[in-house]
Amino acid sequence: MEKTVHTPLTGETVRELKSGDRVLLNGTIYTGRDAAHKRLVEMLDKGENLPMDLKGQVIYYVGPCPAKPGAVIGSAGPTTSGRMDAYTPALLERGLKGMIGKGIRNQRVIDAIVKHGAVYLGAIGGAGALLAEAIKEAEVLAFEDLGPEAIYRLRVENFPVTVIIDSQGNDLYTVGKKQYKE
Amino acid sequence: MREVHVDTVTKTIEELCMDANYNLPEDVKEALEQAVQKEACPLGKEILQDIIKNAEIASRDRVPICQDTGFTVVFLELGQDVRIVGGDINEAINEGVRRGYKKGYLRKSIVDDPFLARKNTGDNTPAIIHTTIVSGDRLKVTVAPKGGGSENMSALRMLKPSDGVEGIKKFVLESVDNAGSNPCPPIIVGVGIGGTIEMTALIAKKALLRQLGRYNPNPEVAKLEKQLLEEINKLGIGPQGFGGRITALAVNIETFPAHIASMPVAVNIQCHAARHKEAII
Repeated sequence: MEKTVHTPLTGETVRELKSGDRVLLNGTIYTGRDAAHKRLVEMLDKGENLPMDLKGQVIYYVGPCPAKPGAVIGSAGPTTSGRMDAYTPALLERGLKGMIGKGIRNQRVIDAIVKHGAVYLGAIGGAGALLAEAIKEAEVLAFEDLGPEAIYRLRVENFPVTVIIDSQGNDLYTVGKKQYKE
Repeated sequence: MREVHVDTVTKTIEELCMDANYNLPEDVKEALEQAVQKEACPLGKEILQDIIKNAEIASRDRVPICQDTGFTVVFLELGQDVRIVGGDINEAINEGVRRGYKKGYLRKSIVDDPFLARKNTGDNTPAIIHTTIVSGDRLKVTVAPKGGGSENMSALRMLKPSDGVEGIKKFVLESVDNAGSNPCPPIIVGVGIGGTIEMTALIAKKALLRQLGRYNPNPEVAKLEKQLLEEINKLGIGPQGFGGRITALAVNIETFPAHIASMPVAVNIQCHAARHKEAII
């Protein structure tokens, strides 16, 4: 049974999400991967305003394919989240509530997720065509020069994700593996 | 000598880039269908079904299976009785990549240097080209786009001959376990054993092109492939790393003679979007 969730995320919504839950995400989310994260954190270090208010927001680690004529976006599956680990705690500090990606996070990120009551969601890596169907609007918000790494504002409808790390710090990668290890 | 014009090469590469990125090979689809039956974890089953559905959408709409349309790895088997005319073959291949990635709305994922400005080249060039000269008068072209996520989890180690088959197993299992959820399991594991450092990596990559379900012709190597697959699928990683029995769809091993002092082993990890298409000119 899937849970339906709307962005921006409130602390209460996040608390109800448990590791292993399948969730359908609705509303506005932002894209950002390696180069965009580097820039966001550099802006924070310089005391500059970010291109978006992070409070309650969700960042999707994705560098989509170009949209075909008439399409909203090209294939848009998640990239490996671990490369964003160095930047993530600073963004959680600013109110970021959710991240969508794939792959393991380091302990610093897990601790920051618990501290700030956030959630790490997994989208299926390598299912970019399927996931793009749930993206209904896409516009470049910042860093257009980065091409596929620019920050996009997306509107998603029933975007399918799985809760990997919940706000209590339970990690599906650890729990799931333990259950099936022989 | 049979003449092949570079324009034919460009056109072939252009089409293979799109075909490979839109259409998952039949053997991979079959392996995924079988995996749905075998997977014990209900969530893992659902994930595998979504992966199959994704491949169907990609094929139907002619859109990339995965947004990471990869580094364009090109294998050429050039018959020694073929004469390439009309220009430079490497340039012809890169032009094919340029056109295919533009026309096919594929993502451009290559930066011009590895650690300085890292500026996107804008057209997914250069391709990585591996050429082998073979007998005959044909040119076989294989395009195998390779995603960064799974490539990043690959590993190579110069083992000692005394490490033996147990050392090989330990290293392969360790590499897959360390990779965990990052390379988008279920994965295909290409293993190269023997040769020099570059040869072992190259044969590991070539192993990924072998049809799934076919084993190495050497029965001892085939036995190792089966054993490793079984042990990898006991690690518990499962589809997408959410836990389960299907962590890998196959282990393909290629070997090469080795130096008396060496036993190099390369583990090239391939995500489930195991894309490759070939054509013979």
